[in-house]
Amino acid sequence: MILDGKCPTGPIEKTWDKHRFDLKLVNPANKRKYKVIVVGTGLAGGAAAASMGELGYQVEAFCYQDSPRRAHSIAAQGGINAAKAYPNDGDSIYRLFYDTIKGGDFRAREADVWRLAQVSNNIIDQCVAQGVPFARDYAGYLDNRSFGGAQVSRTFYARGQTGQQLLLGAYSALSRQIKAGTVKMYNRTEMLDLIVIDGVAKGITIRDLTTGEIRVHMGDAVCLATGGYVNVFYLSTNAMGCSVTANWKAHKKGAFFANPCYTQIHPTCIPQHGEHQSKLTLMSESLRNDGRCWVPKKKEDCGKHPNEVPEEERDYYLERKYPSFGNLAPRDIASRAAKEQCDDGRGVGPGGRGVYLDFATAIKRVGEHTIKERYGNLFEMYEKITDEDAYKRPMRMYPAPHYSMGGLWVDYNLMSNIPGLFVLGEANFSVHGANRLGASALMQGLADGYFVIPYTIGGYLAGIKPGDYSAEHAECKKSVEEVKAGIDKLFSIKGKKTVSEIYRALGKVMWENVGMARSDESLKLALKEIPKLRDEFWNNVNVTGEGGDFNQQLENAGRVADFLEFAELMTKDALVREESCGGHFRVEHQMPDGEAKRNDVDFCHVAAWEFKGVGNEPELHKEPLKFDNVHLAVRSYK
Amino acid sequence: MSDHNTMNLTLHVWRQKGPNAPGKLETYEAKNVSPDMSFLEMIDEVNEDLIKKGVEPIAFDHDCREGICGMCSQVINGVPHGGQDRTTVCQLHMRTFKDGDNIFIEPWRAKAFPIVKDLVVDRSALDTIIQAGGYTSCHTGGVADGNTILIPKPEADYAMDAAECIGCGACVAGCPNGSAMLFTSAKVSQLAVLPQGKVEAATRVNAMTEALQQCGFGNCSNHYECQAACPKGINVKFIAKLNREYLKAVFE
Repeated sequence: MILDGKCPTGPIEKTWDKHRFDLKLVNPANKRKYKVIVVGTGLAGGAAAASMGELGYQVEAFCYQDSPRRAHSIAAQGGINAAKAYPNDGDSIYRLFYDTIKGGDFRAREADVWRLAQVSNNIIDQCVAQGVPFARDYAGYLDNRSFGGAQVSRTFYARGQTGQQLLLGAYSALSRQIKAGTVKMYNRTEMLDLIVIDGVAKGITIRDLTTGEIRVHMGDAVCLATGGYVNVFYLSTNAMGCSVTANWKAHKKGAFFANPCYTQIHPTCIPQHGEHQSKLTLMSESLRNDGRCWVPKKKEDCGKHPNEVPEEERDYYLERKYPSFGNLAPRDIASRAAKEQCDDGRGVGPGGRGVYLDFATAIKRVGEHTIKERYGNLFEMYEKITDEDAYKRPMRMYPAPHYSMGGLWVDYNLMSNIPGLFVLGEANFSVHGANRLGASALMQGLADGYFVIPYTIGGYLAGIKPGDYSAEHAECKKSVEEVKAGIDKLFSIKGKKTVSEIYRALGKVMWENVGMARSDESLKLALKEIPKLRDEFWNNVNVTGEGGDFNQQLENAGRVADFLEFAELMTKDALVREESCGGHFRVEHQMPDGEAKRNDVDFCHVAAWEFKGVGNEPELHKEPLKFDNVHLAVRSYK
Repeated sequence: MSDHNTMNLTLHVWRQKGPNAPGKLETYEAKNVSPDMSFLEMIDEVNEDLIKKGVEPIAFDHDCREGICGMCSQVINGVPHGGQDRTTVCQLHMRTFKDGDNIFIEPWRAKAFPIVKDLVVDRSALDTIIQAGGYTSCHTGGVADGNTILIPKPEADYAMDAAECIGCGACVAGCPNGSAMLFTSAKVSQLAVLPQGKVEAATRVNAMTEALQQCGFGNCSNHYECQAACPKGINVKFIAKLNREYLKAVFE
């Protein structure tokens, strides 16, 4: 099937305005008759629930954490992009649009990206009105900083905690609606199934994580804002509870999964220290404003104290390879370059999996005090984790899974191929193409939540009868029974391996074979290993405790079970996409100098997969990508 | 990296089946703990051991494991988050302990935070306080350009200092009265100092302090244990600010 993203046509700068006018409206008195379910309360979900509640819809919102304020959007450090052009440095909506399309290696939809760039400015205004304490200069104006992949300063920030402040802004708006009674909030609740009646999304089946109760919640529309899936690698910068579960359950009910192979490996994370590590910690990309990446030129120097390696024996590989962007090359490029150095045997630290990020030059130039002012909290965090003082010796960094550009397929209205199922934020695939630029995730989450879904959902709801569902429907009973049966099955196995042991094994297979560099051979190997692990899981896992109780082992087991199915789809997508683009690097497809080699003739499309049963071949549907406003070109940061 | 060798520790962990069940400290051995592990990774390992032995693993709240989500909440040797300056449990590393140490691990204890299970407590009372007024009542859309109202840098910085609160509840757990004054005052102060929040300052401080009492939190009697326990170093000066805002509201 050829998919249609239903993008408006005509001059790109008019598309969103025209579309907003063309959308049908629900009048204020009728809005209260419609119920909308929002799963996830990060930037996208929190903003969506608050905004739709304010419009007058009855909203029910769900999160697995103990409070909506804890979603993982909170961990974003660096900032949020907007095309305000306050610094007078040549920025514009068009330039933000262009940078995002180019940064995504020409694998995103033009109209969606344009809309994102257009509403980016509203986001900043909205957050300021909420009391988000953005950094300001001495005249009281909003301040900006630079980020990778752009040559203008368009990133707004709140110290090193921008994600936290924006999320608390959305959370405060949400809290106001909860108090007003327009949003009913369910904490510690996990979605375990999507209810589809006659082909239309009408509700979800959830597990109350405190009591273990399984029940359905029905509504006129369901919005998933459930984040990304890079925890498929086990070790990532995501929170421990981030999973593919909500997306995967929707996928199994018919929602297409788009571009699952597009994952972002962030270049600056603290390297792994041992076998028992539970997660990786990111260090903001902003560090690359002042830090210089290097490894020793000679393998024999790798074991030495870095300060003993003389200047002429150091290889500042990013500056050497990309003189114009240097240490501020986009994330996918910086990550691969780090991996190349380590694969060449010139990595540093435990296992040779690390490169140096050195601040000595910057400290000499502007003084330790200024560096402390800029990055003090990050240096402190680095010291807490590694016990090393980065003012005295360079940081060690290694790339780590960080973000998923792929996600459920949505059209321009953010609606999946299942009518009534909308997907927001990182959970959808729409705007980042094959690589996301820094400070764009926060922008997308809030754009979708505050300024897109409140409009587009109206267009859908205006066409359906409110309250046209019943919790007594056979599909609801079936869903509850299936969820309960799945849980019973997990408890019945009583095997020898813990959930974590199998999860770690999956992560290892994925990282080694479907990670930063993928080959025909490695992907085929992974496709052999994943089903074996899945079999082992369903025959030999040990899930302790009971279902009718607070049970973190059970929660984790369910999430790992879904990753074990999803991993196969992700690997297949990577195998079928016979090109390199953005974060997807196939070793067979590279330029003579090792850069990603796209194949626009055969792969300038979105790959959207339809579920056909566990272990069965999924069916591939394509949505061709058209570039009318940006010239398809080889991405160069040299 | 550290050069220390691995260590063996004895843990005394609060186990409690549910909100109304009796609880008690159980003793477990943590063997071959690497000094580079985080405290939660050490508990992960103990849990793996317990599962293999057929004992139900210890339930504890955690999520981001980078010190920002505010989910982790353990009293270690009597101190919320373990007592390392401005550090959450998830960022506490085992190199701060010695081979042979006995470590006592308990949940947040406060009347307003009922225990859910083991080390997990219900902190929804903190959400209730924010819902009472911890926001500006702006609508989505239709707001002015971000630079229309200038905000002096010192005031923006002051607001940010207050806004760093991660809502973990350590201030409540550390307070002998179980007061959430530091938490509440941080939000009141952040919004009271910004022009966008000033408009509703009086109603906000009234509503939030009333919610504070209704939720069963104790009163503040200036012990300053909250500041000592706070992993983000939120200063008690914000409590003074709340008191000033409250007085102003009374006279308005």
